[in-house]
Amino acid sequence: MAAGSTYTPLATQTLGSAAASVTFSSISGAYTDLIVIANIAQSAGSNSLRFRLNGDTGSNYSATYLRGDGSTASSGRDSSVSSGYACDTPGNTSFNLMCIFHIMNYSNTTTYKTTLGRGSNAAIETDAVVSLWRNTAAVTSVQFALGSTFPSNNIAAGSTFTLYGIAAA
Amino acid sequence: MSPILGIIASSNFQRVTSSYASIATTTVGSGGSSGITFSSIPQTYTHLQIRMIARNSSSSDAVRGQFNSDTTAANYSGHLLYGDGASAGAAAATSFGKFGAGYQAQSSTTAGTFGVSVLDILDYTSTSKGKTTRFLGGYDANGTGAVGLFSSGYYASPAAITSIYIFPDSGNFAQYSSFALYGIKGA
Repeated sequence: MAAGSTYTPLATQTLGSAAASVTFSSISGAYTDLIVIANIAQSAGSNSLRFRLNGDTGSNYSATYLRGDGSTASSGRDSSVSSGYACDTPGNTSFNLMCIFHIMNYSNTTTYKTTLGRGSNAAIETDAVVSLWRNTAAVTSVQFALGSTFPSNNIAAGSTFTLYGIAAA
Repeated sequence: MSPILGIIASSNFQRVTSSYASIATTTVGSGGSSGITFSSIPQTYTHLQIRMIARNSSSSDAVRGQFNSDTTAANYSGHLLYGDGASAGAAAATSFGKFGAGYQAQSSTTAGTFGVSVLDILDYTSTSKGKTTRFLGGYDANGTGAVGLFSSGYYASPAAITSIYIFPDSGNFAQYSSFALYGIKGA
C-alpha cells in the first residue's frame, strides 16, 4: 500500500437480527493496525465484548483491565482463557456500549498479537483493557461475541461493527 | 537530546493531503535501539498520533518521550491512571524532564510479547500555548501486565513540535519494536 492517506474503512456490519457473534474474515494484510468501532446492545444479561482471532478456540488469550464504575477504580486480569477482551465494560439491553478496539501490528508473523480496547457504557462503567494472543500468525479474521462462554448472550439487532485499516509508511 | 542516539526516520517523510496520513515509521533492528527520533516533522497537520509496539531489554515497562531535544525538567509534567491486574492506581509527576509515551513488555516476559500504545499529541504546531499529550497503552504477558492512560504537558513556549524522541525508561528497545507517526488535519 502506498504511504500517505490511510485510516481506511474496510467493512461494516449492522445486525438485522440478534446474532451469537460477528466475524470479519479474509482481512487484507495490507495494513499495519486494525481498529474496530462497535456500538452494541445485547439481547439479555450484561456481558463484556470478547474476541477470538483466526478462529482460535484454545486457551491462548490473556488480558489486564482497568475499570471505573463511578465509585471505585479497580483492575483485574484473565490468564490462559479461550477469548480476549475487546472491551471490559459490559453492555446491556440498551445501545449503551461503545467499544474502540485496536489490533496492533496484526499482519506480522514475528510477534504475539496485543490488542487495546476502550469501552464506555454511561450506565455502568468505563474501562481500558490490553489483551494478548499468544500466537505469531498474521491475523486474517476476528470474531466478536458476548461473555466468556462466547457467547453468553446474543448481540442485539441494530448493533454495528465497523472495521478500519491503518497503514504505516 | 544531542547527539541523537536513535534512528532518524525523517528520510521517509512524504507530502500528503489526506486528513489522517502516515508520515514515517521506524522498526528496531537486531541490535536493539536506545531510542528513535522523528525529526523535521511537517507542520501541515493539526494533531499527531504515534502508534507503537515495544519490547525492552531490561525490567522497565515505561516508554518516554521528549520534544525538540528539550531535556529541561521543569518543562514536563503528567498524570497517570493505571491498573496492574490486581489494583488500580494513580500517579503524578512534575519537573519530569520527559513525558509518558507508552508501555513496553519487559525482557522477563515470554519472547514475542510486546506492549502497545497509541499516543496523541494535540495542537503540536501552536506557538502560543503549552502542548498536551495522552496515551492509551499496556502490555499483557499471561499473568503479568499493566494497562493505563497517561496525560502529559509540555510547557516550553512558544515551541511548535518539530522533533520527537521516543525512548525506554531504561535499557534498549528490542528488535521488532515499531513506531509509526501519523498526522491528522483540521478543517
